[in-house]
Amino acid sequence: MEEIPKTNFSLKDVVSISDFKREDIEAVLNVAECMEKLPKERKSSLLKGKIVASLFFEPSTRTRLSFETAIQNLGAGVIGFADAKVSSVKKGETLSDTIRVVSGYADIIVMRHYIEGAARLASEVSSKPIINAGDGANQHPTQTLLDLYTIKKAFGKIDGLTIGLLGDLKYGRTVHSLAQALSLFDKIKLAFISPEELKMPEHIKEHIKGIKYEEFTELAAVLPELDVLYVTRIQRERFADPAEYEKVRGKYIVNKESLKGAKECLKIMHPLPRVNELSPELDQTKYALYFEQARNGVPVREALLYLLKDVRKW
Amino acid sequence: MVKKTKDGLYIKPIKKGTTIDHLPAGTAFLVLKIIGTPEDTITVAVRVPSRKLGIKDLVFAENKLLSEEQIAKIALIAPNATINIIENNQVKQKIRLQQPSEVKGLIQCINPNCITNVENIPSRFYIDKNGIAKCHYCERTMTREEYIARIRV
Repeated sequence: MEEIPKTNFSLKDVVSISDFKREDIEAVLNVAECMEKLPKERKSSLLKGKIVASLFFEPSTRTRLSFETAIQNLGAGVIGFADAKVSSVKKGETLSDTIRVVSGYADIIVMRHYIEGAARLASEVSSKPIINAGDGANQHPTQTLLDLYTIKKAFGKIDGLTIGLLGDLKYGRTVHSLAQALSLFDKIKLAFISPEELKMPEHIKEHIKGIKYEEFTELAAVLPELDVLYVTRIQRERFADPAEYEKVRGKYIVNKESLKGAKECLKIMHPLPRVNELSPELDQTKYALYFEQARNGVPVREALLYLLKDVRKW
Repeated sequence: MVKKTKDGLYIKPIKKGTTIDHLPAGTAFLVLKIIGTPEDTITVAVRVPSRKLGIKDLVFAENKLLSEEQIAKIALIAPNATINIIENNQVKQKIRLQQPSEVKGLIQCINPNCITNVENIPSRFYIDKNGIAKCHYCERTMTREEYIARIRV
């Protein structure tokens, strides 16, 4: 019978990827791997009798549905809302009060909020663990964990890989968190590929000083070295001058043509939803890993729920 | 406490109160804001020649003792300043300021969408060795110039 690995997971809340040590990440990835192998009946007893609150103050499709799938797969009951309009927030209740009240009902709280720092505040007032499912433009740690899980599943390891991050590296929170998390691994090489205007910010580069990274404005300049290409969308509104946007946007569209010269084993990832930066002609190729990446959200979120199920902070 | 400049000019010493020395040029007026409305004489010298800093500002506040919060705020503006507490024309206590590594409730976050600007909770920042402040809640960073402009007075 498949055994769930014993881990040294040290966190009481999952608020920000910067709270994670390498061992914490590995604990999540190992348990997630096990979740995929566990028989359904066994899995559905792991959180039996527990209640998970799913508080989505801001709408979300993928994240909410994959969390709620994970909750149900583990046999827990789910309470909550998918839109703040139907919660007491509409009556003017503070976030702190909402969370204090819900932490009296639920064993774990999953929350997404449009205000940055909302999850950190929630973790300070809740006696039960908080899982941040996105706080405004700040953190989305479960996305990073599922990205890492996807890489590990595809290559059998994370150490030693060369990973290209392409697109909007200035504002994209997914690439910031991913670069931060990857810096905890060994012999990682990162390639930041973006227009001049959307380069990786200094404070993120400062944070990942320990690893090798290089910056490029053209994908072709580094493509042959890449094991993973992580694509993000470049938004028109990020450019003060629309002509500048038009000039660069074609350069960062990934299709069969732009992948000429890539390694056989190259894998393409994308946090989705995509617009036109990733051509559908790649969907059926050996490079495409993005739909599997989205599917991996479920076992990773199951692992987090499992690891936090008995945490009581006070 | 008595400062002689290269030109041989003196700033009048105080008998009792607090002197703040080694303020970076241009920061004296911010320090005055932090000290608040004076009940007694405050002497300010701006752009005084200094061996250590080239030029500096000075603030002498008569009969005034600063609170811990005021000192913490001055440390944000001028982490290398020296505060002297004066009694009977003598330095009773010398406080060499240091850049704090963490500050609570003193600065407003630059991010309008930060929870500390939405709910009534004290802000909290971590300041690194380069003087960059990171919000405990929204994780946005601010340069020294940015957070000095946001000190709550």
